[in-house]
Amino acid sequence: MLIRFWGTRGSLPAPLNYRAVRAKIRAALIAALEHRLDDPEAVDRFIDGELPFSVRGTFGGNSSCVELACGDQFVLCDMGSGAREFGNALLARYGPARKHRFNIFMSHLHWDHIMGFPFFTPAFIPGNVIRIHGCHDSMREAFIRQQSDPCFPVDFRNLAATIEFVELKPDRSYDIDGLRVRPILQNHASDSYGYRFEQAGKTVVYSTDCEHKYEVLDQNYPFVDFFRNADVLIFDAMYSLADQISVKEDWGHSSNMVAVELAQLAGVKHLVMFHHEPIYDDAMIERILGETRRYNEISGDERGLVISSAYDGLEIAV
Amino acid sequence: MEIGEQRDGEVVVLTPLGRLNNDTSPEFQSRLLSSVGSGAAVLVDLSGVDYVSSAGLRALMTASKQSKANGGRLAVAGLNPVVKEIFTISRFSYVVNVFESRAQALLSLR
Repeated sequence: MLIRFWGTRGSLPAPLNYRAVRAKIRAALIAALEHRLDDPEAVDRFIDGELPFSVRGTFGGNSSCVELACGDQFVLCDMGSGAREFGNALLARYGPARKHRFNIFMSHLHWDHIMGFPFFTPAFIPGNVIRIHGCHDSMREAFIRQQSDPCFPVDFRNLAATIEFVELKPDRSYDIDGLRVRPILQNHASDSYGYRFEQAGKTVVYSTDCEHKYEVLDQNYPFVDFFRNADVLIFDAMYSLADQISVKEDWGHSSNMVAVELAQLAGVKHLVMFHHEPIYDDAMIERILGETRRYNEISGDERGLVISSAYDGLEIAV
Repeated sequence: MEIGEQRDGEVVVLTPLGRLNNDTSPEFQSRLLSSVGSGAAVLVDLSGVDYVSSAGLRALMTASKQSKANGGRLAVAGLNPVVKEIFTISRFSYVVNVFESRAQALLSLR
C-alpha cells in the first residue's frame, strides 16, 4: 500500500501568499551566504541537506484528501480541495480514455471535506465509476446541494460518471474490492467517522475531525483498540492541548499530545499528524512536529514511534 | 499519589509528588476541585512532580474553570525543566497562571 496525501489542511484551504514565499526565499538566500554553490548539484545538495522543510517547501494548503494506492484500484479518503490535485494528476498520467473505478470514504460532510468534488475531473468522464462510502444517510443530499444553483454552474445530476452512494454502519467490517474496512463513530459536530483499512497484513487508520474527550486515557478507551498496531495512523492533531480543552473545547478536534498518548497505548508504528490548523504557517507546523517528537521522548516511548506531519505531496509506503 | 496541603495565609498550597498521569490524575483532580470549591486562592506547587500527561493537564484545566466559576484564583509554580517543556508543548502557559517560584505565585495570589 502507498499513501499519498493530496490535501492535509483543516477547515478550509490555506494557500501561501506573496509575503510567505518571499520570506522563504529570503531565509534560503541568507542561509546560502555561508555556502559555495558553484553548480546546480551543489544548489540541490544545499536545498535538500541544509534548509529546513519549512523553508525549502511547504506543508501545503489543500483541505483533506488522502489516497491509498492498493494495486490497480483507487481509494480516497475525503473529497477536500486536494481531490482536484488528485484528479488532475490521474488525468495527466492516464489520459481521459482510460476508465477507472474509485472507492471514496467520507469522514463526514462538512464543507472542507466535500468541496473538491465539483472540481474532481474523473466525475465529468463517462465510463468512470465512483462509489462514495460513508455512514451519514445525507451523503447524496450534501453532494447535490453543493452543486446546486447558485453555488456551482454544473449540476450534480449532469456529471457524466456513474456515481453511487454506499451507506456503511459503524463497528462493522466490510470487504470492498479486496480492502477490509471498518468505520467507527467519532466525536464531531453532526458526527464523523474514522476508518481502519487492512490489506495484505498492513493496516492504515484514517481518523480526522475527532475530538477525544476522556477522563482517563487507557486500554479501555475504544479508540485504542481501533488504532491497535496500525502501521500508519493519520490523526487530527489540529490544536494544542490547551486550545483543545479550553477556548476550542467542543470544536471537534484533537491535539498532538493526545495523538502521541493514543498512538503509544495502541502500539502504532507511524503517527501522521493531519488536518493542520489553517492559521499556522509552515514554521509553526514544523515547530509543532519537533515538539511532538520531544513529547514522545518525554512520555517514555519505548517502541520507537515514528512521527510525521502530513504535507500535500507526502507519500508513505506501507 | 501523595499530595501535601498547607495554608499560607489565605492561600491553599497543594504539593503533589511524583508523576501526574492516567493513574494519578483522578485523585489529583478530586483534591484540586475540593480546594477550589469554596472560591479560595489555590497554588499548585509542582516542584515535586517530574511528569505531567494530558490527563494531568486536563485535571488542572477542570480545576481552573471551576475556580473561575467560584470567583477563586488558581496558579501553578515550581515547574522542573521537563514539566516546563510539557507546558510549552501543550501551550498551557497561555491558559493557566504559571510562576517560576512559590514565592512569586504567593505574592500574586495574596
